[in-house]
Formats: sequence, C-alpha cells, structure tokens
Amino acid sequence: MINRLQTLGRWGLIRFERLGRGSLFLMQVLAGLPALLLRPRLALQQVYATGVLSLVIIIVSGLFVGMVLGLQGYNTLVDFGAEESLGVLVALSLVRELGPVIAALLFAGRAGSALTAEIGLMKATEQLSAMEMMAVDPLARVIAPRLLGGFIAMPLLAAMFSAVGVFGGYFVGVGLLGVDDGSFWSQMQSKVELQEDILNGVIKSVVFGFVVTWIAVFEGYDTVPTSEGISRATTRTVVNSSLAVLGLDFVLTALMFGDF
Amino acid sequence: MMQTKTLEIAVGLFVAAGLAALFVLAMKVSNLTAFTDDTGYQLVAKFENIGSLKVGAPVSIAGVRVGRVGSIGIDHTTHEAVVKLNINKEYTDIPADTGASVLTAGLLGEQYIALEPGGDVKALKAGDEIKLTQPALILEKIIGQFLFSKAQEGPTKQ
Repeated sequence: MINRLQTLGRWGLIRFERLGRGSLFLMQVLAGLPALLLRPRLALQQVYATGVLSLVIIIVSGLFVGMVLGLQGYNTLVDFGAEESLGVLVALSLVRELGPVIAALLFAGRAGSALTAEIGLMKATEQLSAMEMMAVDPLARVIAPRLLGGFIAMPLLAAMFSAVGVFGGYFVGVGLLGVDDGSFWSQMQSKVELQEDILNGVIKSVVFGFVVTWIAVFEGYDTVPTSEGISRATTRTVVNSSLAVLGLDFVLTALMFGDF
Repeated sequence: MMQTKTLEIAVGLFVAAGLAALFVLAMKVSNLTAFTDDTGYQLVAKFENIGSLKVGAPVSIAGVRVGRVGSIGIDHTTHEAVVKLNINKEYTDIPADTGASVLTAGLLGEQYIALEPGGDVKALKAGDEIKLTQPALILEKIIGQFLFSKAQEGPTKQ
C-alpha cells in the first residue's frame, strides 16, 4: 500500500517537475524573442516550414469536413423543412469548434512532430552543444524562431480551414442538394456574429497554436538524445498536444460560450 | 537551403491567404456587409408585420425566385415595416396591382416574400410601392385565437 502511494507520489512529482521545466524553458525562449527582431528571416523560414508546408493537408481536410457537414446537416435539417439553416450550421460548427480544433490536431501531427524530431536530432548529434561552445544561445537561435513561426502560422491555417470548409458546405448544400443560395448566406450572416463567434474562434486558434508549438519544441529540446528517445519524444508531442488542444478547447468554450 | 526570394514569396502568399480567409470569414460569413448584386431595380412594400424576415431572403412569383430582400426598415409615422425588394432586371413586367405577402417555407423554415401578380397592363417601375400587402402569419397569434374561439364555444358535450 505504502509502495503504491510512493509510486503515485513519484509519478506526480515527475509530472510537476516536467511542467516546471517546460515553463522555465518557455521563459528562457521568450527572453530570446527580442533578439529575433534583428533577424526576422529565421522566423520566416519557420513560417514556411510549419505553415506553407501544412497548407495542403489543412485545405483538403477543411474542404472535406465542410462537405461532410453539408451532407449530414442537410439530411437532418430537411426532415424539419429547415434546410435553409444549413449555412448557419456549417459556419458555426466550423468557426467556433472544428476549424481551430481540427486545424490544431493536424498541425500537431504535421508540423509539431517535425519540429520535435528536428530539434531532437540536433540534440542527439550534439549540434545544440556545439552552438553553446561557440557562445551561440541555441534557445534564441533555434528554438525561439520555431516557437514564433508556429505561433504565427497556426491561426492563419485555422482561418483557412474554416473558410475553405464553409465553401465545401456551400458546394454540397447549394451546388448538389439544392438549398437556396441566398438563404444559405443570409441566414449564415444573420446568425454568425463577428465578435462572439469569429473572434473567439481566432482566440482559440492562437491559444492552440501557442500550446502545440510550445509542447513540440520542449519535447524536442528535452528529448533523451538517442534514436529511441527521439521517436518517443515525437510520439509524446502528438499525443500530449492533441490532449492539450481537446482539453483546452473545453475550457475555452466554457469560458467563451458558457454562462459561468 | 531554399532560395531566399522563393521562400519569401511562399511565406508572403501564405500570410496573404490566411488574412484573406479571415477577411472572408468576417465579411461573407458574419454580418459585416452583404455582397448584393445590384443589377436590377428596387420595389418598396410596407407590411404590418414581417415576422422574422431577413435581409437577403428570396422574393418569388409562383415559387420562382425573382429577387431578394434588399433592406428592412420601419416607417416612422405608421410604424409599419418598410421592405425594399431588389428585383432582377429580367423581370420588368410585374403588373402594378401585384400583391405581396410574407410566407414561410415549410413549417419551421425561413420566411420569404411571395408576389401575386394582378391583371394590370401597367408594370411596376423602379421605386414603386406595392400597395396590397399581407403580413406574416404569427403562429402564436393563430394558436391563441384558436384556443380563444374554442373556449368561447363552451365545454364540449361528452
């Protein structure tokens, strides 16, 4: 019994230690951000690596998620003769929830894992130590641009996901199933609020982008410098950031749309 | 390492596309502004009650869509709803004694305006008012009237 308690206690302490290490790491990286203003190209390259290269999966997924929403929503709404509300259904689900969340999950799988593997390999091949030897701070030179790049890229990807998804729903609803064009847009425009829905969606995607990139760079930097360690760190990035996104999504939704 | 110029162009395009998506969400999906096609002419109709009619709702004749609701306002003297109808330019021959009523598509569906053409040889011109109008049916009022009339009949005999 005492042994079990001890195991639980050790597990808890290790978690807290890791969380603390992650926070200290974040502080150090944030301290390295101002130096980045002198060399914005470093961040630019990371926006390319995390953002531009994730475009295909984000746009294709957005289109198909929107199209499926259109089909499923139509089938349900048509029973009530309310198929004109399809636009509202598609737009609200995408802008409030699916856009930020699915974009963040895809971003964690596509860009987060790559960040972790890249930084982990740099550590395993002692490139980070070599930088320290040359009095170059790897946190400012390697980590900070990646954090900033992911932070910039993620909200833009989420916005594209939602916009493409709305057009996917429009294509299926209006193009294939025959919902009235004007009702689709006018109902959507009368129900979707700029502040309440779109701004909150953008805030969500900013938070998710920050958390996913933070977890990815920290797991990479904190990896055990072996090939097995890198593979575990990459897995942990995807699992932990997905869990963090889903958990945070509930908290943010409760704060934004709940009444407490 | 990629060419700097290509990289910058790619990132520039990416950021532009992201901002464009935000712009589309703000303009087209939410209610900041309406992209109305202003090819056609406008008619005015005053209703006692328009229910939950919205800007952009269809205007139809015999079930065929001929235009959209352009704007909704209120008449400050009569306190009637003033609805401006944007009619597409190919439907120029709507008779002058046409009536307009606010109907509902389906039981719970969206409300729209149906025009019932009369027999006048003169056609409505841009800016003309449709005189014959029927307000929207408010379901609660009808149920209320029904219950009231039932109650007046007295208790039903077993």
